[in-house]
Amino acid sequence: MTKMTGAKAMVESLQKEDVKVIFGYPGGVLLPLYDELFDADIRHILVRHEQGAAHAADGYARATGRVGVCLATSGPGATNLVTGIANAYMDSIPIVAITGQVATHMIGNDAFQEADITGISTPITKHNYLVTDGQNLPKYVKEAFHLALSGRPGPVLIDIPTDVFKNEEDFHFPKKASLEGYKPTVKGHPLQIKKAAELIKNSERTVIFAGGGIITSNAHEELKRFAETINAPVTTTLMGKGAFPETHPLSLGMVGMHGTRYANYAVCDTDLLIAVGVRFDDRVTGKISDFAPDAKIIHIDIDPAEIGKTIRVDIPIVGNAKNILGELLEVLVKLNNKKWNDQIEKWKKEYPLAYEKKGIKPQFVIEQIYDACPDAIISTDVGQCQMWAAQYFKYTKPRTLITSGGLGTMGFGLPAAIGAKVGCPEKTVFDIAGDGGFMMNCQELATAVENDIPVKVAILNNGFLGMVRQWQELFYNKRYSHTCLKSKTDFVKLAKAFGAVGIRVTKANEVRSAIEEAMEVDETVVIDIKVEGEENVFPMVPPGASIRDMIG
Amino acid sequence: MKHTLAVLVENKPGVMARTSGLFSRRGFNIDSLSVGVTNDPDMSRMTIVVNGDDRVLDQVRKQLNKLINVIKIVDLPSNNSVERELVLIKVTVGVDTRSEIMQITDTFRAKIVDVGKDTLTIEVTGDEGKINAIIQLMDHFGIKEIARTGKTALIRGEK
Repeated sequence: MTKMTGAKAMVESLQKEDVKVIFGYPGGVLLPLYDELFDADIRHILVRHEQGAAHAADGYARATGRVGVCLATSGPGATNLVTGIANAYMDSIPIVAITGQVATHMIGNDAFQEADITGISTPITKHNYLVTDGQNLPKYVKEAFHLALSGRPGPVLIDIPTDVFKNEEDFHFPKKASLEGYKPTVKGHPLQIKKAAELIKNSERTVIFAGGGIITSNAHEELKRFAETINAPVTTTLMGKGAFPETHPLSLGMVGMHGTRYANYAVCDTDLLIAVGVRFDDRVTGKISDFAPDAKIIHIDIDPAEIGKTIRVDIPIVGNAKNILGELLEVLVKLNNKKWNDQIEKWKKEYPLAYEKKGIKPQFVIEQIYDACPDAIISTDVGQCQMWAAQYFKYTKPRTLITSGGLGTMGFGLPAAIGAKVGCPEKTVFDIAGDGGFMMNCQELATAVENDIPVKVAILNNGFLGMVRQWQELFYNKRYSHTCLKSKTDFVKLAKAFGAVGIRVTKANEVRSAIEEAMEVDETVVIDIKVEGEENVFPMVPPGASIRDMIG
Repeated sequence: MKHTLAVLVENKPGVMARTSGLFSRRGFNIDSLSVGVTNDPDMSRMTIVVNGDDRVLDQVRKQLNKLINVIKIVDLPSNNSVERELVLIKVTVGVDTRSEIMQITDTFRAKIVDVGKDTLTIEVTGDEGKINAIIQLMDHFGIKEIARTGKTALIRGEK
């Protein structure tokens, strides 16, 4: 067995886990590790703020399906990761966050740059480790990657005191992680599958309700075959966008607060809701007692704690969505509910997504981006820009919408786009940002430019914190308390200051050419698009209302 | 409704914090929590008394199960478990009350474990009913201090 320092052992372990890239930021306690990384065969991308590192690792994981890795120093470095870790936790994204810690003998002494990051991150990680004995380091790395990616994925944090990096220990990297208290159920219970199949055969108005679990488990092919076999319409959550092609005749688009009317009506009238890889988030269900009120519910999820958490379920099936849909397909025959499908078609014709074409509408910008690059990976900030990006871009493949669903983190779009582009360099990556969210992590333009990660940013610049302004308009008598940005910031100059290309768009007929110009250059581009200031996201379910009662 | 859960966990630093943190974070009510190492030094056993309906208990069990350090959870049926708690009660005594307190202690098969000038410290173990009864009685004499371990329990029989 070879003896090596903890820092070397860390790098070796990461290589054994086939880590190709780390998003990180150095600091005092990380000096021994960064010294090893200096000539290691791992690409290190220096971000400009640790939050950017966590979001980039998250975007990388969402785009590739691999574990994203971020690295930060002790104290403020570690606490700056917190929002990014919480973001990954809420959306079940596999990342491993590595933090440096003050030396073992200093822990608990309020040392310089000390923060109890394992304590802080316990509620927002799937698991975390404080490595006090260097011998355990390789084992913990093995376990962390296994935990992050398997079962219901999520972030895992490893906190390593600086002396552990320096001390020499025997290096032993286990072949398998063995965790007695961790055995996720992946195979569906045969009896439950039989019961579900029976129910499906005997229902007349089935709706499939698909979420991020489809994407996580690579079940999109199975979902498509399943929907086509039972001839049932498919609606998705925000996290489920890309799980089912939105160009497919059976697609209903998104359900919920800003879902399509036809998806919401279908869910209200269904007699069988087949929920796959979803957690019945309040932004989806609205008033829970009015969500699929007359339906039997089949809930397929890998996390048993999600079953019955917010809604009564008739047939729970715990397991991996790909396996279970595959098993259901084996026992199901072709079904046809023409009356129901005709009703859905009628709703689709009657209530399409629509907006008034006047000035530069943000919806129009999204449609133009879709037309220009339908195969792009889209990342978003949070708020109106996110909802329009969800409504007006048609996602046809998994891992093409990268958005902060659960936590709703403004500032996510740009660093996540960087992570996605690093993972999928051959794809166009477009960040659809708002002028509010973009400013929260715009420093990462430096990361994109200096590391040759040519992402494209479209800022839907309306001069407002748009979604909050929309709520103030609708529910607070138009009292726009602190939501008007009145920004004098020149985003074109800002882009140029970072070494990126800046394009300003002030007329509707310039939108398309600006998008095309952005795609032609192999550089990071920011397009500042002056959109209509007080446009609202519609349709909308007011908070706490039934999803049948949509406004706009 | 009250439920008693026996939770087998890895005996590692931070496991207590993870478990109790989960309860406060998810809004579950803990009545008592006691913990100690088992015959296997790598394992600890927690006995947690929680208050809630079936839906809450279901979530408690499932969320606990998600903690990586939790190995096994058993819901102990109250009609088929041995449940005990240990309490130390420091009671004020005077010349006129000393013998009565000692009599009560005897009746409850409790023990006097410390004697002060004006106090007696009584050790008593038993189920919830017995413990509450002796505390109520001693309250008449004046309890100076009390320390309870919280409930610990095992299923009856070979299981």
